[in-house]
Parts: sequence; C-alpha cells; structure tokens
Amino acid sequence: MTDMVEATEAAEVIIRFAGDSGDGMQLTGDRFTNASALFGNDLSTLPEYPAEIRAPAGTLAGVSAFQVHISDHDITTPGDAPDVLVAMNPAALRSDLHTLVPGGTLIVNKDTFDDRNLAKAGYDHNPLDGDELAGYSVIEVAMTSITKDACKDLGVKPRDADRSKNFFALGLLSWMYSRPVEPTLDWIDSKFAGKDLVIGANKAAFNAGHAYGETTELGAQRVIVNAAPLSPGTYTNVNGNTALSWGLVAASQLSGLPLYLGSYPITPATDILHELSKHKAFGVTTFQAEDEIAAVGAAIGASYGGSLAVTTTSGPGIALKGEAMGLAVSLELPLVVVDIQRGGPSTGLPTKTEAADLMMAMYGRHGESPMPIVAARTPSDCFDTAIEAARIALMYNTPVLLLSDGYLANGSEPWRLPDVADLPSIDVEHATEFNQTNEDGDGVFWPYLRDENLVRPIALPGTPDLMHRIGGLEKEDGSGNVSYDPDNHELMVHLRDRRIASIPVPDVEVEGDEDADLLVVGWGSTWGAITGAVRRVRTSGLKVASIHLTHLYPLPANLGDVLRSYERVLVPELNLGQLVRILRAEYLVDAEPLSKMRGQPFTAGEIQHAIGDRLVALEGGRS
Amino acid sequence: MTDVLDPGTEMDLDPVPETTRSDWSTDQEVRWCPGCGDYSILTAMQLLMPELGSRREKTVFISGIGCAARFPYYMNTYGVHTIHGRAPAVATGLAMARPDLDVWVIGGDGDMLSIGGNHLIHALRRNINLNILLFNNQIYGLTKGQFSPTSQKGKVTKSSPVGLVSRPFNPISVALGAEATFVARTHDMDRRHMQEMFRRAYEHEGSSFVEVLQNCNVFNDGVFATITKKDVREDMLIDLQHGKPILFGSEKQFGVARRPEGVVIVEVAEAGIEYILVHDETIRNPSTAFSLSRLAKTPATPTPVGVFRAIDSGEFSTSVAAQIREVQAQLGRGDLASLLRSQPTWEV
Repeated sequence: MTDMVEATEAAEVIIRFAGDSGDGMQLTGDRFTNASALFGNDLSTLPEYPAEIRAPAGTLAGVSAFQVHISDHDITTPGDAPDVLVAMNPAALRSDLHTLVPGGTLIVNKDTFDDRNLAKAGYDHNPLDGDELAGYSVIEVAMTSITKDACKDLGVKPRDADRSKNFFALGLLSWMYSRPVEPTLDWIDSKFAGKDLVIGANKAAFNAGHAYGETTELGAQRVIVNAAPLSPGTYTNVNGNTALSWGLVAASQLSGLPLYLGSYPITPATDILHELSKHKAFGVTTFQAEDEIAAVGAAIGASYGGSLAVTTTSGPGIALKGEAMGLAVSLELPLVVVDIQRGGPSTGLPTKTEAADLMMAMYGRHGESPMPIVAARTPSDCFDTAIEAARIALMYNTPVLLLSDGYLANGSEPWRLPDVADLPSIDVEHATEFNQTNEDGDGVFWPYLRDENLVRPIALPGTPDLMHRIGGLEKEDGSGNVSYDPDNHELMVHLRDRRIASIPVPDVEVEGDEDADLLVVGWGSTWGAITGAVRRVRTSGLKVASIHLTHLYPLPANLGDVLRSYERVLVPELNLGQLVRILRAEYLVDAEPLSKMRGQPFTAGEIQHAIGDRLVALEGGRS
Repeated sequence: MTDVLDPGTEMDLDPVPETTRSDWSTDQEVRWCPGCGDYSILTAMQLLMPELGSRREKTVFISGIGCAARFPYYMNTYGVHTIHGRAPAVATGLAMARPDLDVWVIGGDGDMLSIGGNHLIHALRRNINLNILLFNNQIYGLTKGQFSPTSQKGKVTKSSPVGLVSRPFNPISVALGAEATFVARTHDMDRRHMQEMFRRAYEHEGSSFVEVLQNCNVFNDGVFATITKKDVREDMLIDLQHGKPILFGSEKQFGVARRPEGVVIVEVAEAGIEYILVHDETIRNPSTAFSLSRLAKTPATPTPVGVFRAIDSGEFSTSVAAQIREVQAQLGRGDLASLLRSQPTWEV
C-alpha cells in the first residue's frame, strides 16, 4: 500500500469498536489489537459483550463492544474514554456515544441508519441529521453497500457479503492508524482456510476499507502511533485466561505432577477449560463434570491420587464448591481453586467484571477453614499467579484460591515471555516410608504427623504398606484417627489456622512517593487503573504512593507498618469495600473505600480524581 | 524441570502376597449400632478381599456421609471419607488420575440417591471403573430416622409423622435408566451371595452398581425381613441366573414371563415352562432388565436379586487416557517454551 497521506504522530489512541453482537466486533477488535501488537505498540484491551449469545439484532441489549488502547509508551489500562468510536448501527451509537471524548472521532456505518434500526435503538429521529453530533468529528461511511459492491464480482451472495462489513471497518481503521495489513490478510487466509468465498469477501471488504481511507478526504485524519520502547525480548499478546491456563501447565511441568482440571462451564471461566483441553500433549486431563460440586470433588480425588489438581469457576460456582473446599482444608490436600469473578449476586452480570468475591474467598466456608488467597493484577500476571497458587498448594498441602476477574480474563496485553529456565522450581515429595512406631514396635504411617512448617506428609495410594484413611471428620493430631476429643479439636483448629497463617509471602513494595500523605492500596485487576492514576498525579507534581497485594491471605508481614505510615489510605475496589474491611479489622487503620459497581473496570481518571480530592482535603486540613 | 509423572503405569512385578481377613481389617473400633446390617457387609468384604487377588495398597474405598460411609475406616486399604453425596465425584477424579487403582464407592440411599443422585447417574452414564455399593435401608439412620428417597409411600417417620406422600426411587431402575453397564442386587442376610455380587462388580470393566438391601435395626428394623429372612427367601427372592429360566418358590413353581405390559410373575404349571423368560444379563438394550427391576414392590412382593445387567462397553478413564497418549504419540510431549510461543510473537 502506498502512503499517499502524511500521518501525524500521536503518543496514544483509544479506539472503541461497537456494533451488534452479530457484527463481529470482538473479532475486529482482536485483529486490530494483534496487528498493533506485532507493530510494537504497548496496548491494553477491554472486550465488552452481552450475556445473550444472540440478543435481538439491532437492539441496545445486543450491542457488543471492544475497546483497545495503543501507545508508544508503557500503559496500564484500556483507556478512560475512546478517541474514536466506530458505531456499526444506531444501537451502538446510542449505547456507547457517551463514552467518546468530546471532539472525538465518530465513524458510523450510515447504511444501517434506516427507520427500522433507528426504531429498534429507540431513536424517534435520525441522529445523523441535524446537529446533535456537532461536538464530534463525524465520518459517515456506507460500509454495507461498499462492502457489497466490493464483493459482487466474487460470486458472494449479498447477504453473505453483508457479514464482511466488519472487515471494511477494520480496513478503514488499519489505514487511519497506519497498521500493517499483512498480518490481517494472512490471518484471514488461515482462519477461513477451505472457505474461498469467505476469504475473498473478507479480503475484499478489508481492502475496500483501506482504500476508502486512502482515496477519500479522510486524509487529514491519518495518525501513526509509534512502537513503544518495551524491554528487549520476545513478546506475545495474551489474555488473562490463556495466561492462567499456561501458568497451570507450567506448574505441572515444574512440579512433575500431571495436571488435572475438574470444571463446569461458566462465564467468564470457561475459556480455561477450553484452553487446557487442547493441551493433552502436556499430559493434561480435563474433566467437564456434571456440576460445579462434581468438578471440585473430582479434582480432590485427582489430588489424592497425586495430580496437580485444579478446579475453575466464577462466583456462583465457588458458592457451590464451598463444602468441598472445606473438605480439602480438612484433608490438607493440594488444590487450586480458580475464581474468575463476575458481576453478582446470583447470575448477576455474567459477562461483566466485578471483584466482589473477596469476602467469600476469605470467609465463605463453614467452620474455621483458612485458605491461602492470591490475586492476579494484569492479564499476563495470571501466568505467574497461577504458578504461585500451585506452588503454595503443593508445598503446603492446602487448597488455594486464585482470584481473577472478567476484565483480566478477556482483556489482553503484550507479554514479554519468560525464560522457562527462570521459573520457580516446585519440588514435591511424597511419603514412601513409615514415620512412626506403634506400641508393638511396628512401623506405621501417621498422615497427620506434621513437619516444622506444620505440613502433613502425603502418601499416595499405591504406596506399599502406608495404607491409611482420611476424611472430613475431625482427626487426631498425628495419627489422623477420628477423634471427638475437645482438646484435640481445639489443637487441630489452631494448627490448621497457624499452618496457613505462617506461610511466608513476600513483603509489599511501595510504588511512588514513600513520603506521601496518601497511600492507595489495591488488589487484583485494579492495578492498571491505580498505576495509571498514580503516574498522572505524580506527573502533575503531587505526591502519592501505592501498594498492590498479590497475596491476600496470608497478608504480607510488612503490610501493617506500611499502612500505618500514611495519613490517609484509599482502597479502590470493584465491590462495596471488602479489602477495606479486612485492613481495618486486621490493622486498625482508617482506610477508606472507593467503590465502583458498574460491571466495568476503573478508569485511571476515576482514581486520579479520587486521589486528587483526598490530596486537596489533606492540604485543606493543614492550612 | 522433571518429566511429568505417569502414575500407576509401572508394572507390579512382585506376585500379590497371600492375605487373610485380618490383613484387610483396621484397628479402629467399628461404630455401627449392634445388630446393624452393615457388619455383615463389612465381614463379607473383608473375607472376599484375600480371594480377589487385589493388593491392599492399590485398593481405595471412597465414601460419602451416612452410616454406610464409615466403611473405609474399617478396611486396611487407602480410603477417603468425603462429604455427603460426593463420593462418586471424588472417586471419578481418583479413577481418572489413577487407572491402576481398584476404587470402591460406598454409600447409603440418602447419600447416593438424594443429595448425590446427580453424581451417581453421571458416574454410571460415563461407565468409569468404579465399584459402587449402595447400602439401601430405606431410612436416614445417622440423622436418626427421617424418610429417604427409597422409603415406601405411606411410611411413618419423624419427618413424615402422618405418612410419606411421595413415591420411592427403585435404585436398580435408576441405575438401569442411566444405562449402567453392571447392575446387581443382593442383601445383607446372605454372605455368599453378597460376595458373588461384589466379585462380579470387581471383575467388571466400567461402573458397577450393586444395591445391598440392608437392615437398619434401630430406625427401620425388619423392613426387608418379608423377603430376606431365611424361611421366606425361596418364595420371596427371585434369584436371577444368567442363561437360566427365571424360576422361584420352594418347588420352583413360580416363574417370570414376558407379557405385553412388561414382565410378570406366573405359575409355571399354568403358563408352561416354555413361556418362562430365560435371563440374559448381556442384552445391550436395557429394557428387559428394566422390566425385571419393575417386577417387585420391594419388600412386599417377590424381589429379583442377582445380576440384572452386565455388558461390555468402553470404560471412561481408559478412553480419556488413550486420547492423551494418542496426542502425545502424534505431537510428542509438550514443550513449555513452544507453548508460550504458540500465538503470534514479535521481538523487541
């Protein structure tokens, strides 16, 4: 392609593709993202789609959107507000226009703005007429008809050609943002291999979109976002669920234990089941169980048999698994329980993000049943956090909760691939010999005879002579025999509590100004928005510090001291203040919540404003 | 980095050691009520084990919750006493991870047909290699006497003081409805018969389901006495024998014949011996076995015991493992560094 038009440089741009669920917006956004990744930008994405597979076409409920933020520098969020909104129909315009920055570029497929579609979107007039969009730079393109024209000589039926209009939009945006075209054309070839008409139509639409940009007066709009100075290495663009799945495979390799996944389909966790089902070459066994309880039950069985056992779900599934997690606590068997959180309660907002399961993770079981909890902070961090969850489970013979959320699960970012040799080792030893002598002087195996870390030995079935029984009834310390003795129960409750509480976790590290008055505390996927906000505030010359928790139980040993050394503590969470309660209860600090319950992640701007307000108040308090 | 284990694929080179009942018994005090039918089932199992040629360390008993679920504590094998209803699920994971083990699942009628009904039918549907023994006493014992999903309509219990309104599950019908590949019934008053059914279950490849009619002498005493007491057995138990006409009674004067409405009990002299159904446990279509399961209003009318169905069908965990081996044979063992590079990559 020729570069007829000089492109202007921009440090970053945020683009939002919005259309009907059937318009292929997720795919369009995904391809734009991949082309940008290969081009060398830093990026962050936010796919947003409805819970219905096919909501009524053309309605507000059916709008599916994909936001991507590309930059020539390090970024941490999919962006506060898009600079460009691509609206494929009136419903997409109506539902997403409010997200667009004032003066932003609005690209609409004007073919869809007919009476029927306008009515479905709830318009009693055509917004393209009149001046209600005067505050934006509006580009109206007849995407459907141009796509049909471009396809008419290929023998593609007009109805099928209509389905390629998302590639027109992709072609146009690829031109506007100087994206390389080859990766997309190659991808079309491989994705639709064997379907020549589809390949032809999609390429024709893509090229038509690209040419449209080149040959029309859009010239002035062309922008280039240069590659970001990322640290040297091999990169791939990865979403959270894929990274998490790979982390589990890595943990299996690092521990030498076969990976067993017991799972039941639930949004937004299901992709982990899909991904791991592909990796039989790694000896991965996946079991799609009859329900959530069977999924965790089977994982416990596999763990007892010597596998690295995992169960994956979302909040409602965690509720169902609660009793079995209590069993795993009592049996002291390694188990990784993955919760990809979503909007709740009940079915709630299955495809939208939220992080309101922390209290359930921490306290949501019967009896005193502590479990270590770790939370991933970015899509690629899901890889490391999965390894960490598996490491804790296997080294300390305990179920571990791994928290992610819908935003991390589906969002993606460039990931500098680790050197496999640098991954932590996980050395698992199983008992093969007697560890105790009975009153007759014979060797016996005591399954609850703990080591210096209070970890019990595990003898796998099949190990000669070490036959023993374990179960959910209270066990006698040491022998593991059923015991109803009150002294023993109190001892065992304390042992179970101490053995988890004393698992060593790394100290938190303070980012930003250690001498600031305000500390922002985060966990999970708020990392990107908090980090972005703190950078902006500090760039403006004000002081602020932040910490981010990967280990939520046990909490880092230095956390109390860090919290107490700031005048104010602000805790942004996608819940009504769950970590805040834990911090207040554990450390008696006057931490303050910042809540958002909209099914969407925080933007950096929202947290920036909240920080600004607190800093003003602090300043006011002093003057 | 180590090679991923393939547990359980190593061969047992040593011959199976000779054992006796005491080798299979633990030192734990048995805590069922005196006179409970569970004692005779336990004895039958402990006496059978030395004869089966299995290894103690390769044998695992998994149970749920209920009186029956205490069983693993008394077997000197590996064992897990899990949670209410979930034993088939835990056992499924274990059997998938470790096809080398003999996994037995023990539970009662409340455990396996009420709270754990879903896991039972799906384990049977998958045909995973588990030996599932359901001790049916038609009552909740451990919670002290509520009706169970197998209690008879009209049953007066603490939770149905004026009589139970709902109709019961027939465990054999449920198992056959799930197309279980091995389905049998026995009772706690006949050790030899129990052992024969347990042995057949053990030898069967796939899910084996055995209903054991078991007396709860505290909360439902004698519920099966009308069919299992020695002096009534000939007339009230219909002993299913593969390849033989289905006859019962002291003079074998009664038989089972097929009629348009299903199978029915007839007098042989009236119907003619040539019309008596010859039992064939290997028929793939479960309809006839299902008809046999509907024959009795247990324990009021003559009740079939023995093997209803025993067919060969693909076993689940072996098929799952075979898929993994096939992929590994095609692609080789997975390489982590390659996995991380399996999507488009770029260099900086």
